[in-house]
Amino acid sequence: MKIDSSLPLEYSTEENRLKIFGFWIFLGAEIVLFATLFTVYFTLHTRTGSGPDGAEIFELTPVLWETFLLLTSSFTIGLGVHAMRIGRKKAMMTFFIITLLLGLGFLAIEIDEFVTYVHEGATIQTSAFLSSLMTLLGTHGAHVTFGFFWGLGIIIQVAKRGLNPQTANKAFIFSLYWHFLDVVWIFIFSFVYLKGLIS
Amino acid sequence: MKKKLSLMFVTLGALALLAGCEPLTVFNPKGPNAETLSNTIILSIITMAFILLVVYVLLAFMLTKYRASKASADYEPPHEEGSHLLEITWTVIPIIIVAFLAVVTVRTTSTVEAQPAGYDDKEPLVIYASSSNWKWHFSYPEEGVETVNYVNIPVDRPIEFKLYSFGPITSFWIPQLAGQKYAMSDMLTTIHLAADEVGSFMGRNSNFNGRGFAEMEFEAQSMTQKDFDEWVADVKAKEAPLTEEKFDELLKAEHVGRQSFSSTHLEFRPAPMEHGKNMDMGGMDHGDMSEEDMNNEHSGH
Amino acid sequence: MSMEELFHPMQEPMILAAAISIVVGAVVIVAGLTFFKKWGYFYKNWLSTVDHKKIGIMYIAVALLMLFRGGIDALLMRAQTAVPDNGLLDAQHYNEIFTTHGLLMILFMAMPFVIGLMNIVIPLQIGARDVAFPRLNAVSFWLFAAGAGLLNLSFIIGGSPDAGWTAYFPLASTEFSPTVGNNYYSLALQLSGIGTLMTGVNFITTIIKMRAPGMKLMKMPMFTWSILITNVIIVFAFPVLTVALALMMFDRQFGTKFFAMQDGGMDMLWANLFWVWGHPEVYIVILPAFGIFSEIIATFARKNLYGYKSMVMSMVVISLLSFLVWAHHFYTMGHGVMVNSVFSITTMAIAVPTGVKIFNWLLTMRNGKIQFTTPMLYALGFIPIFTIGGVTGVMLAMASADYQYHNTMFLVAHFHYVLIPGTVFGVLAGYHYWWPKMFGFRLNEKLGKTAFWFIAISFNVTFFPLFILGLDGYARRMYTYSESTGYGPLNMLSFVGALGLAVGFALIVYNIYYSWKHMPRNEKADVWDGRTLEWATHSPVPEYNFAVVPTVTRLDEFWFAKKEGRDITAGTIEKIHMPNNTGTPFWMSGFFFLAAFFAVFNLWIPAIISMLGVFGFMIHRSFEKDHGRYISVEEVMATEKSLRGDK
Repeated sequence: MKIDSSLPLEYSTEENRLKIFGFWIFLGAEIVLFATLFTVYFTLHTRTGSGPDGAEIFELTPVLWETFLLLTSSFTIGLGVHAMRIGRKKAMMTFFIITLLLGLGFLAIEIDEFVTYVHEGATIQTSAFLSSLMTLLGTHGAHVTFGFFWGLGIIIQVAKRGLNPQTANKAFIFSLYWHFLDVVWIFIFSFVYLKGLIS
Repeated sequence: MKKKLSLMFVTLGALALLAGCEPLTVFNPKGPNAETLSNTIILSIITMAFILLVVYVLLAFMLTKYRASKASADYEPPHEEGSHLLEITWTVIPIIIVAFLAVVTVRTTSTVEAQPAGYDDKEPLVIYASSSNWKWHFSYPEEGVETVNYVNIPVDRPIEFKLYSFGPITSFWIPQLAGQKYAMSDMLTTIHLAADEVGSFMGRNSNFNGRGFAEMEFEAQSMTQKDFDEWVADVKAKEAPLTEEKFDELLKAEHVGRQSFSSTHLEFRPAPMEHGKNMDMGGMDHGDMSEEDMNNEHSGH
Repeated sequence: MSMEELFHPMQEPMILAAAISIVVGAVVIVAGLTFFKKWGYFYKNWLSTVDHKKIGIMYIAVALLMLFRGGIDALLMRAQTAVPDNGLLDAQHYNEIFTTHGLLMILFMAMPFVIGLMNIVIPLQIGARDVAFPRLNAVSFWLFAAGAGLLNLSFIIGGSPDAGWTAYFPLASTEFSPTVGNNYYSLALQLSGIGTLMTGVNFITTIIKMRAPGMKLMKMPMFTWSILITNVIIVFAFPVLTVALALMMFDRQFGTKFFAMQDGGMDMLWANLFWVWGHPEVYIVILPAFGIFSEIIATFARKNLYGYKSMVMSMVVISLLSFLVWAHHFYTMGHGVMVNSVFSITTMAIAVPTGVKIFNWLLTMRNGKIQFTTPMLYALGFIPIFTIGGVTGVMLAMASADYQYHNTMFLVAHFHYVLIPGTVFGVLAGYHYWWPKMFGFRLNEKLGKTAFWFIAISFNVTFFPLFILGLDGYARRMYTYSESTGYGPLNMLSFVGALGLAVGFALIVYNIYYSWKHMPRNEKADVWDGRTLEWATHSPVPEYNFAVVPTVTRLDEFWFAKKEGRDITAGTIEKIHMPNNTGTPFWMSGFFFLAAFFAVFNLWIPAIISMLGVFGFMIHRSFEKDHGRYISVEEVMATEKSLRGDK
């Protein structure tokens, strides 16, 4: 395997470059996936049937916390990748661990939010609005959950094998994924929660 | 091959003629709406036949002139990049044809989506046509009668069918009078038509909706205003009113024969909201066809 | 669900027969493999392969199987409607058959055939040693195979989907389609759809990043261009299907209200989502065929492709427009004049770039030296027949007129006139054209041409009458009609045509057997005097594709090199890095299959356990250290020597 040392570790082999490029294409598909879910949500968000509408169930405080946690995690993973670039394995692992913990916090609040909804009688079966809301949030949440385990795997590999072209490549791609989830959340925060609370 | 193909079309055309002396249903219109469509289709067939002819002649020419068996063994085909002039020609001419057909489409679509021309002075007769399982209900709110699986209309009067469904999407179609339109559970759609002459026409659901789909036909009968009035009076006098229990029973049934009632189900089971009208008025912002807009308007009622 | 319900499809004699034939077939294959002690060979060389050529061959093998499954459905439909008031099939059975016919032909025949050909040809055409992600490629195939298996299983256990391949709601809801048929629909399509999406990612990366040195985008062969554009469409269209199928599954199995008739649900949303994916899907199966025809017409007219740039441009325009026309599938939904007009115009606009392509193909042949080989016959047959499909498409695009064509046999005739000469002729042309590259011997030309004429003529006999029937008011998807309608004679003619088509396709398969027995081996690398790089390497192609990766300076480099007497594959041989085979994609997809199968029946615990298996394989893959292997210079030289035939 040819290693090009003029490039950052994660780009240093042909295979690594292909993987990063391919992952960008995959993120393109993910954008379409979430765009479709948003379209479904916007089509159905006023169709509340006999159930509650957004203004009745949304609560700002937990959502602000979720936003804060996820935005911070996007920052910390950025620091993690930076640490990786300058070859500081320990710092990188620390930042990755913080990132995952923040993600876990996000998930905890989101699960609590869902439980609250269900207690208020707003389930995924109640109305088209709630079906589309919970599917959109749930898909994002499932991505975060998957990301948690994925990130965990990468931290273990970095711990065991150190920073090499393979692990650096994986960590970098994971950071792209994590940033992407953050961007999706910004859209959810603005166009689902804020818009729902205002109207 | 081209010979064989054209031979086949001639044979098939002849067969089609043999199949029945009557013209094909779509080309045998009995009302202004269907007639507009029939003319549109014939016009488009002629235009398209011209395009087919150009392609077939070119293909036949290439295949006869440039076959390897005709060329000398040492003939070496030249390298040709393409020709801007030719490429622009066969881009521009199709654009002109498409533009022409686009104008025709927009015009004829607005024609058939409005009250038929020449009937402007007459008040339309409104009939609600709804589907359930594999049957059609026809409610005449003004006359206060309802029928199942047959519909009578007066000739020379504009008719507005308001369509909706008590289940899967169906499509209401009386090909000799007008083009079809969907009947759906949460939105009312409209068909405008008129019958020019007295007669009986095949009507059916053309949108697949399950096991009994093939048999989901009804008869549309056009009659003079006098006969129509008599029929209404007759139904009002002789038939029982439609009760809610009776209607629920009807909804559950899969297939039934013709039935008539002296009241409609609209009183206790109103039709869904009208959608089409709203769409026409707010039509401008539908260019991007966002479902969101459609929905906002819908819920805004 | 009781056992009786579970196996209710088997009560139909014909389904029972089909089920028995599937079981017997499986037993024969298993017994054969065991008897000839071929399990090891089979596993090592096929089930665990990551070689793009072998994966391509497997795609095509499955596609051919599905062609026959879908073809039997078609024959049964035509037989049932051949005479009025026929009792061969009942309504339910007929509904299941036309639903699975559509699904199998589009998603499990046309798609894998196209993907199979692109697998075999693309890396060769761009001078690459493999695709960008060989393992992912195997995952794509096995997910597709799992989806195909699941859908076919529905015929035996539980019942097939019966709401049409479009599965419009509310018809497809549990209220109106209570069997598990539409659960099979959502899950089988989901599995193979994810596979297809991965193919899209893989091939975009491959074509963008792995071309031979010097091969600029505008120097790529037209087939490569068509595949690049196709995969871009896949990446943008398939996630919509993923979402639509998930929502369908949620509505049917978790009681959500997306498309419900109450609580705010919206049945029209399904139709929109379905066609936002569904229309681009048509171009996903048509554009590669355009690419194949471009290669074949240029090769057998012995001339370069006319108007290369406008050919590329027109495909780009078609791909953009393909996302802007979906509402023409339901003009009759009551959108109003404005919306219908806009969609009419975008739809008709597609005729313009398509016309450009047709004329460019015609002009490619001018001053050429046309040879009528089997692949060329398909390409030439495509032009006149497809043009009929194209012009009737313009007719259907006119919203007003569509009020009379919609849901009729006219529409059915139209899309068969597009998809059969377009996609089916395209993949058959490609299959005959590249067969020698795959196996090192040709398919018999005489049999191939006979099959072509059977198919081309029978096709018109089958489908032309349907135009006329449609204009006579014959709605599609009716399992029967009464004699008084007068539809009988033309339907009978159509049935006769269908029998002819069956003969044609049977001949194609017989040709495999015949050619395998009788055609000479050791064909030279460049059987057709081709123009593109795949003809520069040996037939059959060695594992590493090219001993020396060729350098390209212009379009049709190989052709000009031949003229100038240059050997573009000359150079020093170095050791070659190749990926290792792995059984993981096969087993992982097996667990996916199990998970989906249990989910069909709402058996969530076993489904979750199976999904854990899937995740287990993912973790295993992530932790695995596999840097591939090297083929040594000596080994490459030995292979080259034996393939060149100097023993």
